[in-house]
Amino acid sequence: MHDAPAHVVHQHAAPTSFIRKYVFSLDHKVIGKQYYALALIAVLTGMVLSWLMRLHLGWVNLKIPGLHLLSASGAPGDVMTPEYYLQLMTMHGTIMVFFVLTTAPFAAFGNYFLPIQVGAEDMPFPRFNMMSFWVTFTAFLVLISSFFVGDGPTLAGWTQYAPLSAVGAAAGPGQGVGEVLWASAIAIFCVGQLLGSLNFITTTLDMRTKGMSLWRLPLSAWAWFITSVMGLTAFAVLMPACILLILDHVAGTSFFVASNLVLNDQLQPHSGGSTLLWQHLFWFFGHPEVYIAIVPGMGVVSHVLIANMRRPMLSHRVIVYSMGALAVLSYMVYGHHMFVSGMNPFSSLAFSFPTLIITIPSTILVLIWIGSLYGSKLRINAASLFALGFISLFISGGVSGFFLAQPSIDIMLHATYFVVGHFHLVMAVAAIFGIFAGTYFWFPKVTGRMMNETLGRIHFWLTFVGAYCIFMPFHYLGIAGNVRRYQAFVDDYLVGLIPLHRFITVAALITGVVQFIFLYNLIHSGFRGEKAPLNPWQATSLEWSTPSSPPPFDNFGGRHVVVYHDPYQYGIEGATDDYVMQDSPAQIQSVRDEK
Amino acid sequence: MGKILAVTIILIAILSAVPIVMHTWVAPADVSVHGHLIDEQMAETMVEAGIAFLAGQILLGLFIWKFSDVKPGARIKNFPGGAMGLVIGAFLLVGTEVLALGVFGVKAWSEVYFQPPAANAMPIQVQAGQFAFYFRYPGPDGKFGPIHPELINEGTQNLFGLDQDHDPASKDDIVTAEMAIPVNHEIHLLMHTKDLGHSFYVPALRVQQDFVPGLDVSLHFTATKTGKYEIVCTQLCGLGHYNMKAYLEVMSEADFASWLKQQATNQ
Repeated sequence: MHDAPAHVVHQHAAPTSFIRKYVFSLDHKVIGKQYYALALIAVLTGMVLSWLMRLHLGWVNLKIPGLHLLSASGAPGDVMTPEYYLQLMTMHGTIMVFFVLTTAPFAAFGNYFLPIQVGAEDMPFPRFNMMSFWVTFTAFLVLISSFFVGDGPTLAGWTQYAPLSAVGAAAGPGQGVGEVLWASAIAIFCVGQLLGSLNFITTTLDMRTKGMSLWRLPLSAWAWFITSVMGLTAFAVLMPACILLILDHVAGTSFFVASNLVLNDQLQPHSGGSTLLWQHLFWFFGHPEVYIAIVPGMGVVSHVLIANMRRPMLSHRVIVYSMGALAVLSYMVYGHHMFVSGMNPFSSLAFSFPTLIITIPSTILVLIWIGSLYGSKLRINAASLFALGFISLFISGGVSGFFLAQPSIDIMLHATYFVVGHFHLVMAVAAIFGIFAGTYFWFPKVTGRMMNETLGRIHFWLTFVGAYCIFMPFHYLGIAGNVRRYQAFVDDYLVGLIPLHRFITVAALITGVVQFIFLYNLIHSGFRGEKAPLNPWQATSLEWSTPSSPPPFDNFGGRHVVVYHDPYQYGIEGATDDYVMQDSPAQIQSVRDEK
Repeated sequence: MGKILAVTIILIAILSAVPIVMHTWVAPADVSVHGHLIDEQMAETMVEAGIAFLAGQILLGLFIWKFSDVKPGARIKNFPGGAMGLVIGAFLLVGTEVLALGVFGVKAWSEVYFQPPAANAMPIQVQAGQFAFYFRYPGPDGKFGPIHPELINEGTQNLFGLDQDHDPASKDDIVTAEMAIPVNHEIHLLMHTKDLGHSFYVPALRVQQDFVPGLDVSLHFTATKTGKYEIVCTQLCGLGHYNMKAYLEVMSEADFASWLKQQATNQ
């Protein structure tokens, strides 16, 4: 793990056939784009599902034209049944968490840029890398197929609590075949993630070019590295959990089902299993998973902000240590999802303390970002707008965590819209803003063209305001005791909240439609965008040193890259420009330069 | 555009705080003995979270306002105190704040979970099952008869699987679809589920507790005000989850006694 010169011997020759170039490609850049395309399809699917959910929540008897075509039993006469609402909700959460938030920030951007940022030609295991994408894609197909089988997808939420998820079809529609398809899809997804993590870790540790010490890695590279370690350990627990779940369905085991349970007047043929075991296994994965969703965004946002502030972070190392601290602490907090689950109430207190303490590295990150803005030369463009928006959203979403971290308050807020608001602000919005920031920033490098800046700014403004209009009210609903995962609000104390739900629905539909501005911009600019200069942002890290945009097959055109500086030599006085590229031998010393 | 962003961020922050400060949407009024501890904890947290939220957003907005569109030739400056100042600030301010919240919050939690039920608490059993709550009172003998899951039959309304022919303790048990309790009398709730995970949430009583299949879970609370309240399920349990509820009526001792007598005759 010393920076021995990376030999310029590429593991695989340049592809020639169409299949090898664009389909079964070993090139990390193609694989990164494939992941991005998958995430794009997934987010559009997930977004449409959320529209259907929100329409139903606002107007429970609404006829949604054409819905019966998606499911004749789920929407007879185009009116959504209660079970179909839950099925759409389950698929919405599953698709978004796995195929958007784990895929785009980490697998898409990371695959494309990590090797380039460390100065390598590719990842060390290109075949595993290719497999990781196609395995993930297969998982997506298996998941989506559940829409079209039997009585549809599982309705047990993305969290799939047992015994609802384990006892089979007796528990309700979608709990037979749909459930097995869900568990199979996620188990397959875990395999893809493990293969990917392997590559990310070894790339970071073993493929750095000469002069690229660990402290000279860009913050985005650090974020992908830290995320990949979390991915390895977290998905390694989810996969066996899903396998055990499948066995409960098909092999007559009872890992998660206790004895003497009666459904539809029938004694269930299970005994000895533990409901809470599923929750422990799931959340041991589930909590690191949400940090897997956000840490890459933190790295990307830091990276984008630095280039647009024209100065490094107030402390590069503190950012790295804080992301690392989040990763380590994320394994100790998972029980905060289980405060009122029936687990030992002492355990609830035990989990609440690290949960409260994890506020500290989160706060440090926010303070360093804000503190670095001070005295900077902030440039405003679409990328930096989304990066700044990320900070605002992370503050909002993080602060609601203060409440949920306390078991006594959780008595009131558990399973209410307060929780849904909290995780949507941090995951659905902040993490997505990280994806947008990365897209606007790196699009010129990936395609050689610029995205339309005006459309980008319009996209930002409408999305930023729209997202707050949707998700801030969720907190008010939660404070009022609005329970989540209800397809309709029939309780006396909830009926009065329906007007607020309708407001949210309208905001969600408008904000959703706005995303098509981004889609149009992405596609149109890919073909017709203004040609991009090699380094449009005057940025310093190695991806901006490639000889072309997009980079050539081996990233650096046969050049053996040598690194002389840390990745953020900005604010240089006495230089022609206010920055020095990471691989430039120019020795200008006026700011701290990491060795 | 940096200045517009700054104003937008600060405006959003202030507007978000308005419904909180105005108490536009609030939890149902507390009618429990222990609930005030939770409400106080909530209020304290709201103040501290509110300050952190507003301070963070305003600082972010302020710096965006000041440092976007800077004049060319301006020099990069470091935040006074640098990173170390901010790190220490985070540890001291946030660290002490969250630890304080954690430590003070233990009291509210321990009132609910670490105190045993009073010796004269009234035992009531609640069974959750797709998609209803049913309640059982022990009757004059003060004992709950054993549950035989294989005898559960919704068709014959043997909801708890009681064998009243062979189990003497079951003979006087009273099974109801609504829960009634006397005011100012501690209740010892014995919770079990017939089939899957469910949860018992009464916002007005400041209680929420999951049922665990295979476990008997115990909860105790005291209502301080008569009235009709809703018990709702908060653990996703299937298509009828949204509709799984029961009414809880808090009555005077006298009214409760006659209600129980009436229920006994309906068995």
